[in-house]
Amino acid sequence: MESLLEFFSFSDHNVQSVVIGSIWLTASCAIVGTFSFLKKRTLVGDAVAHSVLPGVCLAFILSGSKNPLYLIPGAFLTGWLSLVLIDKIVAHSKIKEDTAIGLILSVFFGLGILALTYIQHTDYANQSGLDHFLFGKAASIVREDLLIFSVIAIILMISVILYFKEFMLISFDEEFAQSIGVPVRRIELLLTTLTVLAVVIGIQAVGVVLMAAMLITPAAAARFWTNDLKILMLLAALFGAFSGISGAYVSYTAPAMPTGPWIVVILSTIAILSFLFAPTKGTLFRLLKQVKIKRKIKDENTLKTMFYMGEELSSFYHPMEVEEMISKRKMQKSSLEKSLLRLKKEGYLEKEKTGWVLTKAGKEKGQRIVKLHRLWEVYLTKYLNIAPDHVHDDAENIEHVITPELEERLEKLLNYPETDPHQSKIPY
Amino acid sequence: MSAEIENPVLEIHDLTVTYSKKPVLWDVDMTIPKGSLAGIIGPNGAGKSTLIKSIMGLVPIASGYIKIFDKDLKEVRKNVSYVPQRGSVDWDFPASVVDVVMMGRYGHLGFFNYPKKADKEVALDALRKVGMDAYKNRQISELSGGQQQRVFLARAIAQQADIYFMDEPFAGVDAATERAIISLLKELADKGKTIVVVHHDLQTAPNYFDWMVLLNTRLVAHGPTQEVFNDENLKETYGGKLTLLSEISKLLENKRFPAREAK
Repeated sequence: MESLLEFFSFSDHNVQSVVIGSIWLTASCAIVGTFSFLKKRTLVGDAVAHSVLPGVCLAFILSGSKNPLYLIPGAFLTGWLSLVLIDKIVAHSKIKEDTAIGLILSVFFGLGILALTYIQHTDYANQSGLDHFLFGKAASIVREDLLIFSVIAIILMISVILYFKEFMLISFDEEFAQSIGVPVRRIELLLTTLTVLAVVIGIQAVGVVLMAAMLITPAAAARFWTNDLKILMLLAALFGAFSGISGAYVSYTAPAMPTGPWIVVILSTIAILSFLFAPTKGTLFRLLKQVKIKRKIKDENTLKTMFYMGEELSSFYHPMEVEEMISKRKMQKSSLEKSLLRLKKEGYLEKEKTGWVLTKAGKEKGQRIVKLHRLWEVYLTKYLNIAPDHVHDDAENIEHVITPELEERLEKLLNYPETDPHQSKIPY
Repeated sequence: MSAEIENPVLEIHDLTVTYSKKPVLWDVDMTIPKGSLAGIIGPNGAGKSTLIKSIMGLVPIASGYIKIFDKDLKEVRKNVSYVPQRGSVDWDFPASVVDVVMMGRYGHLGFFNYPKKADKEVALDALRKVGMDAYKNRQISELSGGQQQRVFLARAIAQQADIYFMDEPFAGVDAATERAIISLLKELADKGKTIVVVHHDLQTAPNYFDWMVLLNTRLVAHGPTQEVFNDENLKETYGGKLTLLSEISKLLENKRFPAREAK
């Protein structure tokens, strides 16, 4: 708790750099990554991330410095080269994209690890910390780095805002974009360059191994919450930033912990929560909807059964007992009783000493279901030529789905028939 | 058999297109007059889509040239509209109906400009024309196939072009949508716009189009419907590939031999 307060008071200048740096890195990665996600090129980000490692090492060997001013161009170079090679392989051979990505990713990452090992076994001064690029270490961001990261992050965000229209167009419909004169190849190149840049700065916080998650997961999580691309990007950036801060905090309080895995764990938690709890698209929402539908069907069946019994008795407002209902239609007693209580609460039923009584609203609702059931049976026999003994089961389902508009059309189409195929009277 | 006309809005001269060395269109020469509702007809794999893609500059051409309004595509792009196959895009993309129709205005906007009120009105008007204005804020993932096609059509109308190229706009749509689309296309043609449609239903073709292009890798015939839509031409179009021609194609592909000598 104390460390939390200390961390968020920003009294320590280093903490400031770490926090601001982490937010920049993760948010801009999330924004650029949204387009990788939409273009379904998520693995490409992974390939780039792994491919920047040899560049970082090479830049260190040549410059002898860990200053991002040298490391970033190195990383950018090999990251970019990997993408060019993937494209060339796909264009000029029978190898498909996924295989090409796999090939390039492992070759470049292998070279990177080789170079890293080489550096560790020679006596380069201040080489310690280079391995942070594997799993990330947000806490190692210092004030001097911050300026460079901020500049790149701002370039990324401004580019996305300026070219939003074109990026959206090539993500949705590339052929159409080309047909209206959008220079698709150049826009694609720009987007690729931005992705490489995002990866290059992002690895400081997350590391090359888990970088792909930083690009993709925020957008994937945000997709559960919105259908609007602008809001999706904003949400992705927020999710990214939140995990960035959390990662920085972990990195600050537990220096031995690698930041990347923590950021990814937090991001994945957000994604899982979104998957479960987001409205409309979330699993829980869908489950609840299923439960509601099941209840609606049960309640409508209860009213229908009572209406049938009323038809037989020629009196709809006669008290009816649970056992009678069950003998009329096979239902579980406990579930029927729950349904009856629900219907009472909604005003469709009343309970009297000798049994349950339909209210006027309840009778009408039951009548409507019976009417729809019989109308649908007429429709099936008349228009689909289905034998009368086959139509009942179909109607059992459809009666619950038909909307008032369809009900009206059905009535007009069939011209208010008197009876159903089994000669039961259709109640209007 | 082919018809020569004066002042065509579309002129294709000696067009050859290859996919990895294999010719999919061979020496196509054709013209389409202004104001026609033209159908490109032929069996699967005849190169119908490739033909309009090459007109739109979406596939590289091995030889020949294409003139629209007697100019290169680049010069007249704003007057040309292309409607890709509905299945070529991901309808789960986070966008609303009006977002997609608005894309029809992007070609007129250029870089760094965003749609203005006038563009929005054009887009809404286009939606009204296809009977989808009630759905303008609907997510495109919630649309039926017919509705998706209407949205694509609205996007094309929002481009306010003079010539339209449509790839299979009737594929997998309901009867009501098909009727709505064809009457809209006829209306556009009556206003002097030229419509070129890739189509593969022979039943409806003669009722829909007043100009026809019969295609099977090579051009079989093109001209006014009543002149070219006859048994003889259809037999030639659908009567299987010319064996010698397709064997040569295969040879070029397998030996990776260019269909045209390098210039």
